Amino acid sequence: MSDQNRLSVFKTYKLYVGGKFPRSESGRVYEVQDHKGKWLANAPLSSRKDARDAVVAARKAFGGWSGATAYNRGQILYRVAEMLEGRKSQFVREVAHAEGLSKAKAAEVVEAAVDRWVWYAGWTDKIGQVVGGANPVAGPFFNLSTPEPTGVVTVVAPQESSFLGLVSVIAPVIATGNTAVVIASEKAPLPALSLGEVLATSDLPGGVVNILSGKAAEMGPHLAAHQDVNAIDLTGADADLARELEIAAADNLKRVLRRRTEDFTGSPGTDRMTAFLETKTVWHPTGSLGASGSAY
Amino acid sequence: MASVFEYAPAPESRSVVDIAPSYGLFIDGEFVEAADGKVFKTVSPATEEVLSEVARAGAEDVDRAVKAARKAFEKWSALPGSERAKYLFRIARIIQERSRELAVLETLDNGKPIKETRDADLPLVAAHFFYYAGWADKLDHAGYGANPRPLGVAGQVIPWNFPLLMLAWKIAPALATGNTVVLKPAETTPLSALFFADICRQAGLPRGVVNILPGYGDAGAALVEHPDVNKVAFTGSTAVGKSIARSVAGTDKKLTLELGGKGANIVFDDAPIDQAVEGIVTGIFFNQGQVCCAGSRLLVQESIQDELLDSLKRRLSTLRLGDPLDKNTDIGAINSAEQLSRITTLVEKGEAEGAERWSPACELPSAGYWFAPTLFTNVTQAHTIARDEIFGPVLSVLTFRTPDEAVAKANNSQYGLSAGIWTEKGSRILAVANKLRAGVVWANTFNKFDPTSPFGGYKESGFGREGGRHGLEAYLDV
Repeated sequence: MSDQNRLSVFKTYKLYVGGKFPRSESGRVYEVQDHKGKWLANAPLSSRKDARDAVVAARKAFGGWSGATAYNRGQILYRVAEMLEGRKSQFVREVAHAEGLSKAKAAEVVEAAVDRWVWYAGWTDKIGQVVGGANPVAGPFFNLSTPEPTGVVTVVAPQESSFLGLVSVIAPVIATGNTAVVIASEKAPLPALSLGEVLATSDLPGGVVNILSGKAAEMGPHLAAHQDVNAIDLTGADADLARELEIAAADNLKRVLRRRTEDFTGSPGTDRMTAFLETKTVWHPTGSLGASGSAY
Repeated sequence: MASVFEYAPAPESRSVVDIAPSYGLFIDGEFVEAADGKVFKTVSPATEEVLSEVARAGAEDVDRAVKAARKAFEKWSALPGSERAKYLFRIARIIQERSRELAVLETLDNGKPIKETRDADLPLVAAHFFYYAGWADKLDHAGYGANPRPLGVAGQVIPWNFPLLMLAWKIAPALATGNTVVLKPAETTPLSALFFADICRQAGLPRGVVNILPGYGDAGAALVEHPDVNKVAFTGSTAVGKSIARSVAGTDKKLTLELGGKGANIVFDDAPIDQAVEGIVTGIFFNQGQVCCAGSRLLVQESIQDELLDSLKRRLSTLRLGDPLDKNTDIGAINSAEQLSRITTLVEKGEAEGAERWSPACELPSAGYWFAPTLFTNVTQAHTIARDEIFGPVLSVLTFRTPDEAVAKANNSQYGLSAGIWTEKGSRILAVANKLRAGVVWANTFNKFDPTSPFGGYKESGFGREGGRHGLEAYLDV
């Protein structure tokens, strides 16, 4: 049968939580349209309960992911790039629809997103030396500062840059060992939901990235106030929502990355990683070697 | 135990410091009265003697100080880093020259032993200015890109437990990076900050670069909320830290917070007991336990609990509590009547909840604010005294059996500022240090500080780091 006559198979877009693909527990969906208003899919309209489930999954995954070697995390992030490269045509189509781009423009965006995974894959085992190190204290002490992941990070993904922007905010969070609960672009969530399928086949442990579609204004306040979330990235929140979420985040002193306008085609730098890193400093006496050569 | 150690009084001379009967606010290089003429008294917590009467800043004064700092910012930030550095080197040197005077002053106003102000606070203050002075002309090489820019006017609010040291932690990196500052010292300890204003004068620091506003929480709130402040730095309680975080939400103000703690000091069965006991004492009785990173929870491995507690109690019986100006004094006064009542309330709660209270025989002076070194056993994780920061000389003792249990208990806290590990096994130190969610981990030592070593918390102990290269970030537009 030729393509022209064949009825295509639609995909039911689902959330990505704890390595699985659930529908919203609320049973709700909302209509996602392309830039011309044509129906694309019904995306899950996630609820407060979905957001909480995602936090539970992210917390559960944190120990293993933050405890993995930086090399291992780098391997997995690189694997994400490999998987994405293989599914490029799907993402080109979705990004073109989502952002109203030509096929050529959308291809550039997807390629940049693949390259972004590669960039962060290489960072996992370098950031520790760049931002940590030995401190020359004035005393007989070994003193070392090391960056450590903050924990569970809520990410309000960019609204406009539905894919390159999305990857640019997720990858730096997980590269260093954090786990993420991501609220996808509200009007263009499909590339994000499809990214879940890529992550699920990239050896990324379930729960490291959890992707929710729906309204940032509905889920955001619960995630910002959640006592088991350690940080929040407000990139995709509008000014009013960002302020509301920052206030709620103060309840357990979440680390807050404020909203800002950002050109995601530029070189990312390191500040999206350092925003979600703690510095731990460990001291130990060095002792001294006496004439006997012993430290005691 | 007084019969074991009789010491003749060895008081440090008070005459090295000349405290004026009254002080103004330090704004734009001059001491001025508060706009509404308000003043408050600062007392010596060891004797309740009034030391001086100090102008009390209000919102109008905050505005005046921020305007002065804004005006000074343009020239100060445009100075070559090498010139800013020299001002800071001058300040460091003058602090060294006047360190005995400042140590006595700090002991009088704060109540902590002269041994501590002389040997810990003041050397660290001078070192901090010396350290950040050196950064001022090397910012291009600090890892924040070429020519990193200052933020502007920094509003800084500091606590009373290390008045001058907290001032140094705030002002030194702010000035090195080209910011100007408005600093509010705590209402119970305003004097050393006012003496620092005089040091700025001696150093020839341009007017308006440093402004000092003694005052209460209302002045702090006005400063933090002032629309022309670009940077807010606060050290103090977690509750106030949270309210500050809410008040700067939605603004462009950069925020760093250094807040409370409930540090776990973990002693394993192979630890050198005598050294661990010294570390425990340093951890919780240094500065009367009024230390955010105090080791206020002792986690001791069950098998050595009795031996360790016997040694610890023996050691506590030899601590000398009394006149902070006496060079032999180990435990000074609690900073204020208010703090003393907070400690008392929590300790009473500890008893009411069923923990067992112990203190060495210890005579408390009749005047002033005092609290005997106190130890609680039979403490569980659910007890208030195991969860809330007491900020006093009170140690809660809990036990554990396995390293995993020790880690789980240590991390079972809203806070994450400090922790201690005592064991002779290197791999265990590293494994446990790795798993502790705390910003500073002291292994086989405790309460060590250095300007090159980043300090700050995880979780609700705050965010941002002070000290080291890391400490620059808080004051740079990066």
